[in-house]
Amino acid sequence: MKPPPVMYHGPDTVDEAVRLLAEHGGQAKVLAGGQSLVPMLNMRLTAPARLIDVNRLDELAYVRTDLEGVRVGALARHADVERATHAFEAVPLLRQAVRTVAHPTIRNRGTTVGSLVHADPCAEMPAVLALLDGEVLLRSERAGERVVKAADFFVGPMESVCQEDELAVEAYFPKPKGRTGTDWREMSRRTGDYAMCGVGTAVRVDESGGVTSAKAVFIGMGPVPSVIDVTGAADWTAAAEHAADRLDPEDDIHASAEYRRHLARILTARSLKAAYEAVAP
Amino acid sequence: MSEHLHQVTVSVNGVTRRGEIPARRLLADFLRMDLGLTGTHLGCEHGVCGACTVLLDGVPVRSCLMFAVSADGHAVTTVEGCCDPGGELGPVQQAFQECHGLQCGFCTPGFITTIAAYLEENPKPTEEEAREAIGGNLCRCTGYQNIVAAVLRAAEIKREREAPHE
Repeated sequence: MKPPPVMYHGPDTVDEAVRLLAEHGGQAKVLAGGQSLVPMLNMRLTAPARLIDVNRLDELAYVRTDLEGVRVGALARHADVERATHAFEAVPLLRQAVRTVAHPTIRNRGTTVGSLVHADPCAEMPAVLALLDGEVLLRSERAGERVVKAADFFVGPMESVCQEDELAVEAYFPKPKGRTGTDWREMSRRTGDYAMCGVGTAVRVDESGGVTSAKAVFIGMGPVPSVIDVTGAADWTAAAEHAADRLDPEDDIHASAEYRRHLARILTARSLKAAYEAVAP
Repeated sequence: MSEHLHQVTVSVNGVTRRGEIPARRLLADFLRMDLGLTGTHLGCEHGVCGACTVLLDGVPVRSCLMFAVSADGHAVTTVEGCCDPGGELGPVQQAFQECHGLQCGFCTPGFITTIAAYLEENPKPTEEEAREAIGGNLCRCTGYQNIVAAVLRAAEIKREREAPHE
């Protein structure tokens, strides 16, 4: 349970980090919070020749909120996102969801952008990015800067489009349009464990309380976070049925596929109701 | 292949410590093997059990999920640093003793550091908050009842010690 030998680079600037990735991309891994990478190294599930430690890139340790939404730099810890009141006020779903990421001690070190790039299908923040139609800013010497929409960013379990020579610099979580309520809830075996099923919802209403849009996103229910539009359903139970029918979860040691779908139905109905009630007149 | 060694300087429990270590040396192993501070315990070595929790610049982190080379220039507090300045038991340690918050003691260092940091931010937790605060630390002996009691007692002791003396 000790990591294999590795060459270490600790760049002080983003430019230097990007240059190192251009030079060593194919055989290097970026080390940010390390809360997923280091366990994999300890268990020797991965053995990159080099680590590029971005923990000195203080220029990326930010959570910024403007009228449009929240920008999270690559070195912002989950705990920074959780604590940023301005971010919560603009995009409440960020705090609602990040609170369920592992335990506080893990959130103190793990980064939100790192979690996106890691693309674990059971992780919360990729689903939040997907539900909000967010973006990730990538940078490399080869391609310069490019912005990838959430819908294109996650390609499979533990796989994002971030290339070996690219550094994920920032994630952008847009503020939901109009009068939108959001909610996050999940069920796990123990507090802080990966959820057997997790759901995030966003419900938009007009002045009179009529629902103009309702969406749900799921974790632990498929290879990538899947956003399902449930606008127009007769009620929240029907909307939850509609969503659960479109999910294709797998059995594993923690829960059967059927139980996961059951959880999705129950949690989605509750979550949509809560999101609606947060903004209903 | 001989591994490249990195020079690191880390303030550990207020004392500047230096080391020459390979990049893959985990912070937990640096503390235990290079510095001889064996109070920090390694349980699972993949971030689940919480036994190795130390404070990095005052904030709890898993020392098994961090490389010592990443801690260069930072301040680390281990369980050895959770005592009072005179060397007496710190409030959390005192509370664990009073409430029988430990049995075999293996997980205790992680609990002590986690709770010490928690009480700095939340000086008066409810029982429910105390449970939440220790949610990331596993204990296989106690059943947690006495640890939860120790969190609440530690908060009391801390307040008593910090209250201005008449």
